[in-house]
Amino acid sequence: MNWQLLPQFAASGLLAGGPIALVALGIVLVFKSSYIFNFAHGHMLLMGALITWWLAVEVGLPLWLSIVLALALSALLGWLVERLALRPMTGQPLLSIILMTLGLSQVLQGLALLLFGGAQRNFPQIFSAADPYKIVTPFTVDDRPIVIILKQNLVWSFVAAMLGVIVISAFFRFTRTGLAMRGASEDHELAQSIGLRIHRIFGVSWALAGTVAATAGILLATSSGLDLSLAVVVLAAFPAVLLGGLESIPGAIAGGLIIGLSQGVVAAAKAQWVRDTTEIVPYVALLIVLLIRPEGLFGQKRIERI
Amino acid sequence: MAVLRPAGEFDTSYARDMATVRQPWQWAALFGFIAALYLLPVYASSSTVALINRIGISIIAVQGLNLLTGLTGQISLGQAAFMMTGGYLSALLVGRLGWSFVAALPIAALSTGAIGLIFGLPSLRVKGFYLVMATLAAQFILPWFFRNAFPEILGGAQGIVVQPPVVLGVEFNEPARYLYLTLSALIVSTLLAYNLSRSRLGRAFVSIRDNDLAAELLGVNLFKHKLQAFFLAAVFAGIAGVLSAHNLRHINSETFDVTDSIFLLGMLVVGGLGSNLGPIFGAVVVELLTEAATLFGPFFVGIFPSAAGGVQALRPLFFGVTLMLFLIFEPRGLAHRWQIFKAAWRLRPFSHT
Repeated sequence: MNWQLLPQFAASGLLAGGPIALVALGIVLVFKSSYIFNFAHGHMLLMGALITWWLAVEVGLPLWLSIVLALALSALLGWLVERLALRPMTGQPLLSIILMTLGLSQVLQGLALLLFGGAQRNFPQIFSAADPYKIVTPFTVDDRPIVIILKQNLVWSFVAAMLGVIVISAFFRFTRTGLAMRGASEDHELAQSIGLRIHRIFGVSWALAGTVAATAGILLATSSGLDLSLAVVVLAAFPAVLLGGLESIPGAIAGGLIIGLSQGVVAAAKAQWVRDTTEIVPYVALLIVLLIRPEGLFGQKRIERI
Repeated sequence: MAVLRPAGEFDTSYARDMATVRQPWQWAALFGFIAALYLLPVYASSSTVALINRIGISIIAVQGLNLLTGLTGQISLGQAAFMMTGGYLSALLVGRLGWSFVAALPIAALSTGAIGLIFGLPSLRVKGFYLVMATLAAQFILPWFFRNAFPEILGGAQGIVVQPPVVLGVEFNEPARYLYLTLSALIVSTLLAYNLSRSRLGRAFVSIRDNDLAAELLGVNLFKHKLQAFFLAAVFAGIAGVLSAHNLRHINSETFDVTDSIFLLGMLVVGGLGSNLGPIFGAVVVELLTEAATLFGPFFVGIFPSAAGGVQALRPLFFGVTLMLFLIFEPRGLAHRWQIFKAAWRLRPFSHT
């Protein structure tokens, strides 16, 4: 372990965990309301980022307007996906539903390539990349003070992601629709019997997930560039969801931050072969979670005979 | 659907009752079809032969997945990773150790099965969606291993150049010759898969899929059978991977990615889950869709100027749309349609029920 660099890498990892947490939140949103694990979330995120790029760079709208429009379009995309692809799947076996979202991811991948092409693009900088924050900690290693340098855009992406998380949590806690969605997540039939419109709730949660996905996409694109691999980067969020627990919003946040942090810590290792494992850390963590505690840190424990 | 037999045809022995091919004309049709496939290089273009090669390899991989997902009901997103494992193992055995292809193929396939067992272990603890995640982990951990471990042997990110296989002194170095390897492997794997599915083991698999609790009460050892299904699926994937690596003459950690695993699952669903014809129908349809994507690619690039090379965009688009349409309108796949068609034909002129 490289103690001089560890705080730096841990801090960067934690910051990178912010957008991962936001992605995980989008997946949890859909799962909570409709028990569908959305494998196409990564591609919804990619679409959101691509639409923003197209409006801002190709069409030439101001950045704030293109972000607002892209969020609205992503909500529409989420709603359409629920209405056209997943509504007919109600009551179908798990395999069909999983394959539906996988097929959806392929359709969105194809559409992204067809409409926007596959080139690496310069995403407009939302947060300045210059003047990184420098924190001199009181700790020293080998008589040298530990300095943590944080890029401004990473810090502000993290802050924006956390703001998004707070907004969503407040929405669930304090609004009528949020209450209805929490109610529906308990039991679909029961919710219908007390007059909740379950299909409208599904639609709202998918639209919301689309918006959350687009937000995460814009944040990821502004800090790490925009190309089709963005959809694959998101696969790191699946372990975060399972780590936190599938139905838990605090779990999604904790899972995202833990995954980011553990990637950062592994990247600080001295040995080359340990550093090489950075990209599969989320999946090793996933296997450990599945073997020790399949319901995750904050998930509901289901008694299920295997 | 009940088995429909023509009036007046009675089984007079158990062997006849079990028979798959029942009529002389069915034997003739079967051998005629196989002969037509083997003679393909005589009358078909080399691109068609190459296509049939790809279809054959896909069918073998999907047959393995059918044993695991179709019969046993354990969803796997890691089949492509096991293909990669088989390809790498054979490349090492033939290329680095100088084994003959005939010896390397079964050893590579069985070793892939052993790797499959490791990633099947979570099925002891979890099922359904959680198992999908565990197999997805295989799809990331195995390629990472081949990319980063022992770079002097496994070639790092560049991968390995694979020699064309030599069997009995004949070098299978062009699609027209390679076809004979693919077809022979395909015939063996089809026989194996078909007979497994109607054996005691296959029935145990189906009982686990339909109700695991009831299966366990009937004395089916769940863990053992799930692991057997994982092993068999990985062996089939290994065979397909070996054939694919020697066909492409090159393998690296990006040859089989998560998209390929999704495609294999999609082939299975389009063809028909749990049916023996399913993998064949599905692989043929999906590979033909890829051909259609290549054909229509330039046309679409003309309409959407920013599109990156037509086929990369159209392949996932065609596949995804086909898969979604099948899931909504015919979740039992083409094999089920084929059953309906056969029943309608036998009952003609009466409508089938």
